[in-house]
Amino acid sequence: MRSTPAKRGARADAKMVLLQLRTLIALFILVIIFAFSAPAFLTTGNLVIMVKQVAINAILGIGMTFVILTGGIDLSVGSIVGLCGMIAGGLINEGLLLQPLGVSVFFNIPMVMLLTLLVGVFIGLLNGIVVTKLNVTPFIATLGMLYLARGAALLRSNGATFPNLIGNETLGNTGFPALGTGTLLGLPYPIWIMIVFALIATFVATKTPFGRQVYAVGGNERAAELSGVRVNWIKMSVYAISGFCAAVVGLIITSQLVAAHPATGGSYELNAIAVVVLGGASLNGGRGTIFGTIIGAFVIGVLNNGMVLIGLSEFIQTAITGFVIVAAVVIDQFQQRVQRQAALQQAAMQVVEGQTRGGDA
Amino acid sequence: MTGKQAPNGDEVILWAEHISKVYPGTIALNDVGFNICRGKVNVLIGENGAGKSTLMKILAGVEQATSGQFYLNGEPITVRSPRDAGRHGIGIIYQELNLYPNLSVAENIFIGHEMTNRAGTIRKKEQEDAARALMQRLEQAIDPRTLVSNLRIGQQQIVEIAKALAQNVRILIMDEPTSALSNIEVDVLFRIIRELKAQDVSIVYISHKLDELLQIGDHFTVLRDGQLVAEAPAGDVSLNWIVEKMVGRRPESLFTRDDHVVGKELLHVQDLALPRESGGFVIDHVDFKLYGGEILGIYGLMGSGRTELLETLMGLHPEASGSVTLDGQSLHGKDIGQRITAGLSLIPEDRQLRGLVQKQSVAHNITLASLSRYLNRFYLSRGKEQQSIAQEIRNLRIKTASPDAPVTSLSGGNQQKVVVGKSLLTEPKVLMMDEPTRGIDVAAKGEIFEIMNQLALQGLGVLFVSSELKEVLAMADRILVMAKGRVTAEFRRPHMTQEAVVAASVMASEYPQEKVLS
Repeated sequence: MRSTPAKRGARADAKMVLLQLRTLIALFILVIIFAFSAPAFLTTGNLVIMVKQVAINAILGIGMTFVILTGGIDLSVGSIVGLCGMIAGGLINEGLLLQPLGVSVFFNIPMVMLLTLLVGVFIGLLNGIVVTKLNVTPFIATLGMLYLARGAALLRSNGATFPNLIGNETLGNTGFPALGTGTLLGLPYPIWIMIVFALIATFVATKTPFGRQVYAVGGNERAAELSGVRVNWIKMSVYAISGFCAAVVGLIITSQLVAAHPATGGSYELNAIAVVVLGGASLNGGRGTIFGTIIGAFVIGVLNNGMVLIGLSEFIQTAITGFVIVAAVVIDQFQQRVQRQAALQQAAMQVVEGQTRGGDA
Repeated sequence: MTGKQAPNGDEVILWAEHISKVYPGTIALNDVGFNICRGKVNVLIGENGAGKSTLMKILAGVEQATSGQFYLNGEPITVRSPRDAGRHGIGIIYQELNLYPNLSVAENIFIGHEMTNRAGTIRKKEQEDAARALMQRLEQAIDPRTLVSNLRIGQQQIVEIAKALAQNVRILIMDEPTSALSNIEVDVLFRIIRELKAQDVSIVYISHKLDELLQIGDHFTVLRDGQLVAEAPAGDVSLNWIVEKMVGRRPESLFTRDDHVVGKELLHVQDLALPRESGGFVIDHVDFKLYGGEILGIYGLMGSGRTELLETLMGLHPEASGSVTLDGQSLHGKDIGQRITAGLSLIPEDRQLRGLVQKQSVAHNITLASLSRYLNRFYLSRGKEQQSIAQEIRNLRIKTASPDAPVTSLSGGNQQKVVVGKSLLTEPKVLMMDEPTRGIDVAAKGEIFEIMNQLALQGLGVLFVSSELKEVLAMADRILVMAKGRVTAEFRRPHMTQEAVVAASVMASEYPQEKVLS
């Protein structure tokens, strides 16, 4: 939610536009570099594989963007991905065991997905309640949930994998792998999910009172409170959204693998934070866009994919990714400084104008 | 010639020339000169936002001047950090004490300047001995090993002074040192100040309590709207002189209140009380009524409970007791959002902290409190929103390059108008304004008052808090004076005089509660 630059010098304007579009520009440069250095890069097959990978980070990043916009952080998304995968896998292979009756209930696939998503939302809400009602800083609250959810994922199967999640014709729960592998108009479902989520999230962030209030809470919580914004409600909602997005990713990955493993999603939370930060969001809250996050996810995706194609070792890849993230924030700080200085100059000029006006009156 | 002399012959140890400081939105200091007389209590006076604290922060190295120069004993000096200031023998004691409650008195005194041996470890005993010596010099029986959290506020203040003295301070700046002190503690502080003077320490003293200033000050400097307006030795200074210089012109000519008709009762506050955590009450059982078309001024010193009163009415302190009725509707158990819907709105004292979302545009700030009014089914209608934004920008004459400009690019007065616009769009019945003119220039002040006038004409009840007496006297139809959480007096036009209002605000204990002096 950048403010459109007011009438300033044309040169300063151009500089500002370049700075604001820097991630997009970086993305184009990366694409061009890899297009020339790795012939396989621009093939349809490779692009689809790459974007499918991007979708995972982007969907997590969308949820994370809302959390970070309020000035919070959600470290638990990777574990929620793992736990939700295990929930879905367990529901398909073992059903829901009703202890007193000694029977298992099996659900059809839409119902399995719905229940899994509800679990994700519920865990997110728990995060939100600990942050707001119990007044625990988001870092600690979600760090605790990172361990808690991972522990729950491991407990679900005592560390084992739920294999072969193709369901059973007689139980009416076949068709799960379609989510991860099916396509519509040539594009895999996960990519469609990313596109739809990005559109909805952009709409929510920019066109609804909820979105406006998310920005306000992150920008100045006390001012938002005095303006009648229900700050706690907003905060709980963003963690629920993040939990929901993590559950979606849990379903997608489990479906792609046709198996649920309790360690799935480890350190995904760091990828999600990285793409949000690359997208220009401030960890202090109040600044960032969904579009930026999507671009951030593409930068990471293109970088990783391209580096594999040109044969860089995995170790160098990891180091370069780290460098890119820090560099992005350094440039972001630079942009903030330029913007502040411009605002300061403008303000000083206005004050001087104001004084002359006062003198005339 | 080693230095400069004040007109009455006092030696000037430090002086400032042409100091200016520009913040986004406002000029805090405009070409200010300032003299500190050696071994004297140099009083710095001015209304809120006059630039006193800014000037002292620059001198203490906390902020940097946009332009200007300081001279110490005739030598130009630059102060880029508090450490620089310390090297030049300049120390500052802030309004909010900067002590570590979890550390001992001795550890606090030597924080950042620990006495260490060669291995780099702290020489605890030497520190404690030195701290004990300082306490003796200040004639205080405070054990250096006591934790600061176990000391009373007055004692903590003395630790702050000791901390400054430990660094061999020659110039000690005290910003509102008595705001949290009891009368006895103030006496102790004044005795210490006199002793420090005798030890050739120069004091810069900032306070709003004019009676105290006359008692302790030797050399007076008055700032107004970021400019130096007057300077005089104690002999030439009287209460009238201070007030005249601070305000600058007669209040009647500044603002005028139109004739008005008082309408129906809008706000009825009964037995409102807000307990203090440490015992007693921040708001001590307050009753009052506010009518439509009326401007009710609340005057009180810092800490009198005036800000907390407005906050409590707004729902920020749900633990408060008592009853509040707005236009016949009880506000009991309602949160802030519900009170806004009911027709109450607060323009907070601290614009930056509670009024504005600095990262957002003018437009988004204006509509933040009234978003539900622009809904088209479930999304915000751009058209409806823009209409309201344009309306407020036009009606309040907000000077902005565009509605989408960052709100921080506006001047202080225009930022305040944005906050006012935000409140007005919630269509309040009662508008509460806490220090609405703080830190904005004179022209903008006039505009804010004109807006208040108009709102009252439209039948709104306006409740406004100000520590600037002239403003309250000029604008209010009725004044409630608060002191120590209680309403100590009520005045009505035309029976409001400066003297009576001030008396009621400072001498709380001597006035029976709710004595009406009209």
